[in-house]
Amino acid sequence: MAELLEIRWHGRGGQGAKTAAILLGEAVSASGKYIQAFPEYGPERMGAPVLAFNRISEDPIRLHCQVANPAMVVVLDATLIGKADVTAGVPKDGLYIINTNLSPKEMREQLGLTGGKVYTLDATQISMETIGRAIPNTPMMGALIRTTGLLTIDEFVGNTRERLEAKFRPDIVEKNIQAIERAYQEVQGEE
Amino acid sequence: MNKRVAITGNEAVAEAMRQINPDVVAAYPITPATEIVQIFADSVSNGKVDTEFVTVESEHSAMSATIGASAAGARAMTATSSQGLALMWEMLYIAAGLRLPIVAPIVNRALSAPINIHCDHSDTMGARDSGWIQIYSEDAQEAYDNLIQAMRIAEHPDVLLPTMVTMDGFIVSHGMGNAELLPDDVAKKFVGEYEPEHYLLDVENPITVGALDFSDWYFEHRRQLADAHTRVQDVVLQVAKEFKEISGREYKLFDAYKLDDAEVAIVVINSAAGTAKTVVDQLREKGLKVGLLKIRLFRPFPHKEIAEALSGLKAIAVLDRADSLSLMGGPLYIDLRAAMYNSPGPKVNMVNYIYGLGGRDINMEQIAGVYDDLMEIAKTGKIAEPVTYLGVRE
Repeated sequence: MAELLEIRWHGRGGQGAKTAAILLGEAVSASGKYIQAFPEYGPERMGAPVLAFNRISEDPIRLHCQVANPAMVVVLDATLIGKADVTAGVPKDGLYIINTNLSPKEMREQLGLTGGKVYTLDATQISMETIGRAIPNTPMMGALIRTTGLLTIDEFVGNTRERLEAKFRPDIVEKNIQAIERAYQEVQGEE
Repeated sequence: MNKRVAITGNEAVAEAMRQINPDVVAAYPITPATEIVQIFADSVSNGKVDTEFVTVESEHSAMSATIGASAAGARAMTATSSQGLALMWEMLYIAAGLRLPIVAPIVNRALSAPINIHCDHSDTMGARDSGWIQIYSEDAQEAYDNLIQAMRIAEHPDVLLPTMVTMDGFIVSHGMGNAELLPDDVAKKFVGEYEPEHYLLDVENPITVGALDFSDWYFEHRRQLADAHTRVQDVVLQVAKEFKEISGREYKLFDAYKLDDAEVAIVVINSAAGTAKTVVDQLREKGLKVGLLKIRLFRPFPHKEIAEALSGLKAIAVLDRADSLSLMGGPLYIDLRAAMYNSPGPKVNMVNYIYGLGGRDINMEQIAGVYDDLMEIAKTGKIAEPVTYLGVRE
């Protein structure tokens, strides 16, 4: 199980952390890998801090315990930083993708990180400009695909388009795809 | 091979129900089983099944309507969790006593009080003496496969017993994982048509169902109920053999994992078995002779086969996700102690850990700690405390 990748999503109720974990899981599963996607179920309230998780592996995944030491953390809402412990249990070489208008360097300082990798993206701005609402989950998935290389952007967009089409009007689907593609281009890493 | 999909336990079970296409489903929603009925209700309203869906005002009514439908000659199903199963309690015994082959997926959830929506096995363990067959499932794949097989087991002429198939609430019911589903035609052919021998709507051959049965015959009928349970194991194995032919997946009475040359082992039910198998793999890499036995068929309890599989071990830990409050440990531990009393070979040291009540997580470190304890017991033969609670603040 050395190849097991564990991801923790931090968001607020209504921002789509669970949906992001599920859409990512479905897309990665369609590529032939094994996945898990699950939220932490607590009192579900709009705006309250929520968590969701993914496990991804080339081998069948039997673990049914909580994810305690994720190698990757995605933060859908920068106002959670300092409130939710986004670095809890993350190994030193962990990877962070954060929805913020700050640079990776500024975010690294704010989190007090010395190792690992920090990527930032203004996903709220992107979602406002494409979807017309602050729904940062789809653009953050685009950033995740870019930084991890789990799937090619074409694979991911193709699969996600299919999933979204089952639920939304064509124009909404297109706007979400635009958000993913812009995020894929605009996510910033460190020098 | 069948396509592997990303799916939750509830979705997989609802998909099995769509393929089974029962004549009648009567159900009342309760977290975390609600989705099963909700998704199945979509199949009803979209015309994907021919099922008569009965909306009722409680789980007691759900089980009553299911019993009525089954007695009338229909293939009838329901689904529930926790308090819902508890409210069915009176009717569970009637379904078994009337020998009605009702099949119900049950999503394991803690019982109140305090109120809690998360997983433990208190609900189905409370129904263990009701006369229902109980089959437990580690993940979505097993829940799906077990439900398909349960139809054949329950309706087998040698059995005719209601059957519940369980999975862990939220952990499996709401967690997305991977599973391979059977093509519709293959699943439908495997399940087959239900042709009851005696039923109320057979007006040419009228029968009475639920007659008064005093001291002259009641005992004989209850004895027949026990007798039916003695025939379950063979049918479970026969159905599993046929299921392997269509799915490639192998099922037995229980799952013995790296048990052959093991010196110590954990016995566990449902999703925690998956986590524990991962721990077994890691400890095996270090050269430690550890194994695991996961219960599949819990009622009737394959006590001889389990005792034989565990004989010769130096120490066993039974993990119970329910307490019996008998002060003798959890329900699985109590059964296993009784089973091991007659096991061949020398006495095996046994301990019990009650864990995970109300959804408390059980992680790899805790399970590795149990194996550490077992190896110490195997070495010294000393047990400080046979029944302990794992992962609780005391």
